[in-house]
Amino acid sequence: MMILEQAPLLFHQSTQRLSVRAQIQTASALVQRDLAVLFQGFFGFALRTAMQPALFAFVFAYVFPRIGQGIGGNGRGGGQFASVLMPGLMASTLMFQGITGVALPLVQEFSFSREIEDRVMAPVPVAVVALCKVISGAIQGVFAGLLVIPIVWIATGRAVQIDFGHPFILVSMVVLGALVGAALGLLVGTAVEPRQINLIFAILVLPLTLLGCVYYPWSTLHALRWLQIAVLFNPVVYMSEGLRAALAPQGGYLSLWAVYGLLLGALTLMLTLGIRGFRKRVIS
Amino acid sequence: MTTNAIEVQSNADGETGTAGIICSNLTKVYTGAPPMSVGSRWGGAGAGGGGRPGAPLAGAAQAGNAAGGVRAVDALNLTVQRGEFFGLLGPNGAGKSTTIGMLTTRVIPTDGSAIVAGIDVVAHPALARTRLAAVTQTNTLDRSLSVFDNLYYHGRYFGLGRSESRRRARSLIERFRLEDKAGVLVDTLSGGLAQRVQIARALLHEPAVLFLDEPTAGLDPQTRLQLWGTLRELNRSGQTVLLTTHYMEEADQLCERIAIMDHGHLLALDTPEALKGRVGAERIVTVTLARPDDGTVERAVSALDGVNDVQREDRHLRVFAGVAAGLLPRVVQAVTGAGAELKDLSVMEPTLEAVYLKLTGKEYRE
Repeated sequence: MMILEQAPLLFHQSTQRLSVRAQIQTASALVQRDLAVLFQGFFGFALRTAMQPALFAFVFAYVFPRIGQGIGGNGRGGGQFASVLMPGLMASTLMFQGITGVALPLVQEFSFSREIEDRVMAPVPVAVVALCKVISGAIQGVFAGLLVIPIVWIATGRAVQIDFGHPFILVSMVVLGALVGAALGLLVGTAVEPRQINLIFAILVLPLTLLGCVYYPWSTLHALRWLQIAVLFNPVVYMSEGLRAALAPQGGYLSLWAVYGLLLGALTLMLTLGIRGFRKRVIS
Repeated sequence: MTTNAIEVQSNADGETGTAGIICSNLTKVYTGAPPMSVGSRWGGAGAGGGGRPGAPLAGAAQAGNAAGGVRAVDALNLTVQRGEFFGLLGPNGAGKSTTIGMLTTRVIPTDGSAIVAGIDVVAHPALARTRLAAVTQTNTLDRSLSVFDNLYYHGRYFGLGRSESRRRARSLIERFRLEDKAGVLVDTLSGGLAQRVQIARALLHEPAVLFLDEPTAGLDPQTRLQLWGTLRELNRSGQTVLLTTHYMEEADQLCERIAIMDHGHLLALDTPEALKGRVGAERIVTVTLARPDDGTVERAVSALDGVNDVQREDRHLRVFAGVAAGLLPRVVQAVTGAGAELKDLSVMEPTLEAVYLKLTGKEYRE
């Protein structure tokens, strides 16, 4: 067959197996497709990503201190609050991105449009197709997370004090947080029926954000001990605290061991369940 | 029809064997909730996912619920030759889509084996996908991409380099006369155009076997004819095709061999001509009487020379007859001679539909 000469990488198999190189090539094409789609609509993506943190930071860390609204408590100034807020807003953006960038497209592709068909029929194990979805979702998340830094800085009238003294923690937390967000997106996207889409925001996004130590450091919850313990089941808490360790360490944060350990654990669990759900959706 | 799977494995490099598809004892039993709708989903998890309880497949449910599961395909043995245009016919729930699902790696067989272009699809699903392509009746084109990019990225998924994928996409766009649509987003395409793009996309990685699951469902007659032309041309150039369809005429026009399937079993497998010959008649004369027949007319007509079979249904008699001189006048004579009043008489040349109905029965399938 002609294709044997034209596509040696894929078809030159000494045994009945696909070479790892061929599979990596397929995987990278799957990710490239997602990124091409992302960049085609980059303006919309940036707008969608920026609006929430921008308005939040503007109202709570710029407007409130100027109109005498007490937020941040304990006489903290707007600038201090902004420094607590920014890592939290980054964390909520990473999680939110997993929902909008992975879960919502998946729900649509599984049901109404079945667009996923062509990618599921790509010559790699189905788990790789699911993993590629997480990788491109995470890349999207990294863009979104980093975009939050200048947005919040501008929206708070440059009041936020950013400490770039821990680049390793910053980079690793953004990447890990983006992966956790995307894996959550995979899990939700494979588990949710189209008619339940509206519920995602009510029962998942809102509690994960509001109880995710986004607007307050975890340590300040000590007054409500039960809540302080309950929120430990929320992965967004570890993203917020980890990013706080990177960008605003002066305010105190959860142990980094706990942050990395639990985020890696959450990632593994969500990937396992998400891939299983994905397989169930496309193979019977 | 049956082929030893072990013998196949020995020439499993796929290039030397002459068989495009070999199913041996292929069986699928769905346990728990059966899939919702098979037609467009390769017998896979329905639109709502596998876990949701739903209406079982009409035919399949009848086939084997007693055994504790739904036996959608039951010990199927089938060989499709390379270069063959093969048709799989059957009512809804017959097991066609589950069969295609298993052959295209989307449904995991409960038992048996399936070899497509020399690759065991169960043991090496990802590798098998390099040798096959599947087109469904639903538009599964990537809506975020243009027509050209749908083809281009498909090639990239199959390991083609950028320039090679671009070259093949361009050449297929030309071959399928899609030049003026190359840049548009796919959700603006009509059903027929979308189907042409789907077939072009499926061909981009030059599959050894092309699976078409009811590809012309829902298309208008002109578009269907046009698509037939495309498929015929494809097959002439050596493409092995397995087609499922509800349209008897489509199977008759396109397929070299046809398998008729129901309740997970093969009922018949032959060339369209031979299948038509199986009705035991060259033509079917339908006699309509003024009043229901009590059997007198049936007996009189059955006794006529050249009549092979008579089916009685209320006021109608269906007479299966070979070529015999003066048959019609003799039928009329027999009817009036039996004291009945003839209302109408029509002659139908044998069609695949007659064979199909004779084999699968006439009960309504959802």
